[in-house]
This record gives sequence, C-alpha cells and structure tokens, in this order.
Amino acid sequence: MSATSEPLGTGGLIFNEPLLWHKGRKGRTGMSIPAGDVPAAAIDDALLGEPVDFPDLSEIDVVRHYTRLSQWNFGVDSGMYPLGSCTMKYNPKTNERQAATPAIAAAHPMLADELCQGTLRLLFELQRSLAAITGLDAVSLQPAAGAHGELTGMLIFHAWHRHQGAQRRKILIPDTAHGTNPASAALCGYQAVAIKSDDRGMLDPALVAELMDEDTAGIMLTNPNTLGLFEERIREIAAIVHAKGGLVYGDGANMNAVLGVIDAKRCGIDVLHLNLHKTFSTPHGGGGPGAGPVCVTSELEPFLPVPRVVKEGGSFRLDSDRPLSVGRIHAFHGNFGILVRAYSYILTMGEAGLKQASRLAVLNANYIKEQLKDVLHLPYDRPCMHECVFSDLNQQAQKITTLDMAKRLIDYGYHPPTIYFPLVVHGALMIEPTETECKDDLDQFIATLRTIVREAEEQPDLLRQAPHRTKVRRLDEVQAARCPCLIGPSAG
Amino acid sequence: MKEIEELKLPDDIRYTDDHEWAKITGDTVLVGVSDYAQDQMGDVVFVELPAIGDTFAKGDEFGTLESVKAVSELYMPMSGEVIAVNTALADSPELINQQPYATWIVEIKPSDPSEYGQLHDAASYLQLLKG
Repeated sequence: MSATSEPLGTGGLIFNEPLLWHKGRKGRTGMSIPAGDVPAAAIDDALLGEPVDFPDLSEIDVVRHYTRLSQWNFGVDSGMYPLGSCTMKYNPKTNERQAATPAIAAAHPMLADELCQGTLRLLFELQRSLAAITGLDAVSLQPAAGAHGELTGMLIFHAWHRHQGAQRRKILIPDTAHGTNPASAALCGYQAVAIKSDDRGMLDPALVAELMDEDTAGIMLTNPNTLGLFEERIREIAAIVHAKGGLVYGDGANMNAVLGVIDAKRCGIDVLHLNLHKTFSTPHGGGGPGAGPVCVTSELEPFLPVPRVVKEGGSFRLDSDRPLSVGRIHAFHGNFGILVRAYSYILTMGEAGLKQASRLAVLNANYIKEQLKDVLHLPYDRPCMHECVFSDLNQQAQKITTLDMAKRLIDYGYHPPTIYFPLVVHGALMIEPTETECKDDLDQFIATLRTIVREAEEQPDLLRQAPHRTKVRRLDEVQAARCPCLIGPSAG
Repeated sequence: MKEIEELKLPDDIRYTDDHEWAKITGDTVLVGVSDYAQDQMGDVVFVELPAIGDTFAKGDEFGTLESVKAVSELYMPMSGEVIAVNTALADSPELINQQPYATWIVEIKPSDPSEYGQLHDAASYLQLLKG
C-alpha cells in the first residue's frame, strides 16, 4: 500500500489531560520572586473581595498542560482545512520571521515619526500594494477584522451622505452577502433591506432598480458571493445604485478568487474591505488578531480613518488633519504585526504570484466540484470561483445530514468544510480548498468524500455516530448552546 | 429529518409562506411555527420574543428562533398588537420541537381579522411544502 492511499487518520497517541485545577498542588510555584525590601503591610479589608481560585502550578505543569492540549488541535499546518468562506490557506513561515524582526516587533507605537521611518514606510507601501491589487485609490489599514472593515465602510457611507447634505436610512443587502453585512449596517444605524438572489444564485439588477431609492444609502454585496459565484452583472448594478445617489460596498472576504483579475473600481465599487487573515495568508482562527483594511475611491479618501500615513519628499509622517474623516477606529495602526505578515506575503508572491494563487484557488474548487457532483447534490451547477457549495439532498433518503458527513470527515483526518452556510442552500456543505492543496491531496480528499457517500448508503449509522476516532465522540451541541458552562470548577 | 408525509399539519389552524401558524381563540390569535419549521431548524436553543404591547404589520419580523444550525426570523402572520408572549420558552425552548402546535410563541390582537382568511389552510400549505 502506498503512503498516499492510507487514510490520514486521527489515531495514534491521544493524551488525556486533566483541568489545571485538578493538577495543581498547594505551594507549587512557577517563578521565584526576589525578596522584597519593602515591609509587609496589611491590605484594608474594605479593598478585599473573595479570593480568586487559581491553582498552584510549577512551570513544567503549565508547559506540559498546554503542549498536550495543543495535540488535540487541528490547523492548516496539520492537514487540509477546506472551511468554506474562511480561506484557510497555508501561512508561509517567512511571514513569521519578518514579523519577529526585533526592529519591527519591538518598535513602540508612540515613537516620533522621525524615529520609525521604516515602520511608516511599511504601512505606506502596504497601503499602496492593496490599492494596486484592488484598483482602488486609497487604503486605511486600521480595521482589525472583516466586520470592523464593514463598519468602517458604513461610517464612510454615512459621513459621505452627510457631506452631500442629506442622510439616508436604508442599505440593500443580497441574501448571498456575508452574514455580518446586515449587522455592520445596523450598527451604523441603517435598516438592512434584503434582496433575494435568483435561481442561478445571482443578483438581478431589475430587483435592485426596484428597491433602490433616494432614502437608500447604497448596497453591500459580496463578490464572489457566498455561493462561490461571481456576480456577473455587478457593473450594471453599481450604475443603478450610483444613478440614485447611492454608494456600492464590496465585501472583499472572497477576494482570494480574483486577485489581479478584477478591478474593483471599474466594477463600480466605492468601498471594499480585504481580509488580510484570509487572502493575504496571515494567521487566522481562534478569534484573531485579524486585519480588515478598507480601500476606497479617491472621492471617499477624505473620509478614511485618521491618522493617515503620508509621504513627503523622501520621508513619511502621520497626518491627522482630515476634517471629513470618520475619526480613529482602532488604537495606533491596527494590528500592526498582522500587517507586517501580509506585506511579507505580497512581496514574496509578487504580482504574478498572487494572480496565479487566485487561479489555482479557483481551479482547485472547480476540480472538487466536478469530481463530486455525481454523488453530492450541486444546487448551482455552473463554474464556481474559489469555493463550491453542495447539499445533503442526495443523502436524504438515508436520513443522513450534512452534519453527519462533516463529522465523518474528521475520522479521516480532515477539518470539516463549512456547514449550513450559506443559508440560501438547504443543508449546505461549502468547500474551499484554497491554492494550498496540490492535486494529490485534492484527489485524496475527493476519494474520502466519495467513501463517505458510499458509507451513507451502506452503513448510515457509522455516519450518524461519527466521529469515532477522536478523543471525544459526537458532542451535544444543543446542550452546550442551551446550558453553556463558562467557568472552571473550584479545586474543591 | 421528516418526510413531507410524516409532518403533522392540523386542519384547525392556518399557515404562512414562512412556516408560522396562526390559530383563532376568541378575538385573539395565537402564533407559533409549524412542524416543518421546527424539523428543518433542528433543536431550538433560544427564542427572542417581542415586548407585550408591540404592534406589527403582517409580514413584519417579530422575533427570532435560534437553533444550533442557524438563526431564523419570525414573521407576523397577521397585523396586530402583541398581548402576551410565551415566557416558558425562555427556559424551555425545546417545547417548540416537542410540541410545535401546543407551543404558541405570541398571542396577538389582530387589527384586521380578515387577514386570517388569506393564510394557507392545511391542504394549501402541504402543496407549498411539496413545491
């Protein structure tokens, strides 16, 4: 048997590990505190509360605990992570090396401009690169996440309309847009108006024309949309919105499909955010830190957050004198360490490399789609972009759900794809392989899913009870959601 | 999940396109979600309810149901004022899965009782589900 035909597996040595409260013993310590030269004094009782129940632990207790827990983890460094909509591409280690350079990592954010020309230059050049990649004119690197970029975009919409002399109350949002879009619009005081996509998964310009009025600030759309399909009529839609005095927000979360291929400005997009933690290979998952830079047309540049990095002659400085700016939306310069990683990635890849990455991401997704559509139901059978969306329709006779198939994938050593999103596909199974995976690995993944489909017919209970080979079996998600346990036990 | 034939669709209530049901009780109307809705959503873990006294037009969103799969909006089957909400759902959202028709979510005083007649009866709702 060749190495590649064996299952990737999740077996082997699985550590047991108790909670730290059960591991600690009174009197253990992880550090030696130097003798004090200040006499001990009693604390005023009024300042005291209930003591916090922390266990006493030695250094090795803590190191082993977290190292062992990390063995239960699964990341893109351990295997394929086809989590649709999340672009879990490999994060090259050179990015980490650049970000750890002491001159960069240790630079204090309050250094005077003349003492941090290198870091300012890095920010300036990253802004310029992102502008070149999107076709837009100006960029703010401050937003710390995709949804934060969306909020910044909505604040810019709001500030621009105010500057035009009349505020508007509504925003159009297609049902194939990212789920955070309505929340970002609502947070900015806009009422989200949903637009249904058509039977091809596309946004119909006629519907936009019907809904777009003088009380609507604009539209927020995701392109490619959450079905992994390219909104072909985006220029027509943008023209309709602009004709009524509205703006077009592009959610760039799916930009990994189109780097160097589309020009957002020529598509009619006025504001676009990028997820550096997706498209530009900065670490992603576990809740952050992320970066969601916002790119805008020159008309909207005055409204970008301050401070702005500007170049004057041969030097760089921070400029906060922008009276129309929406203000500061993050302390200092956003998540600077993440920006360094993205800058490193862009320089490493170059223009041709980024374009090739997008092409391969699209090719990989289409390859998976074509190789599986005879066994998994494909609701929108047409060329996709960077991800493809199947459903569990073919497995309904066996009463096997998307969740069962996703859980079974864990047994074969894969992180499951995104499930039950987008909402417009019932029982969605959304696969985004990214450009990271080579054909051998894609073939193995495809063969695995075909095996799972066969198991669904022949041994459905195997799927219903999956996963079998993990440290814990099927978790009770319902109980966890109804009665979440958010605190540790006391040592007792 | 249930086959369409396995769904319970009582005859004494009316249904919406969005899978709510409405039941006349004297001069008020009880509102819940259909067997199909609870089955599609899976285990409901949280119900967001409106306030008593809120008024809505037919089709307005009046609350949300959250399951482990998704969050779904609840839409008014008829226009009216909320006169009661089912407070038992705060601690026992699973009632919606266990007894979808015995578990009302809100009670409303309809502003236009004739809207009831515009809702699907069981036969027409079944046709809708069959597509």
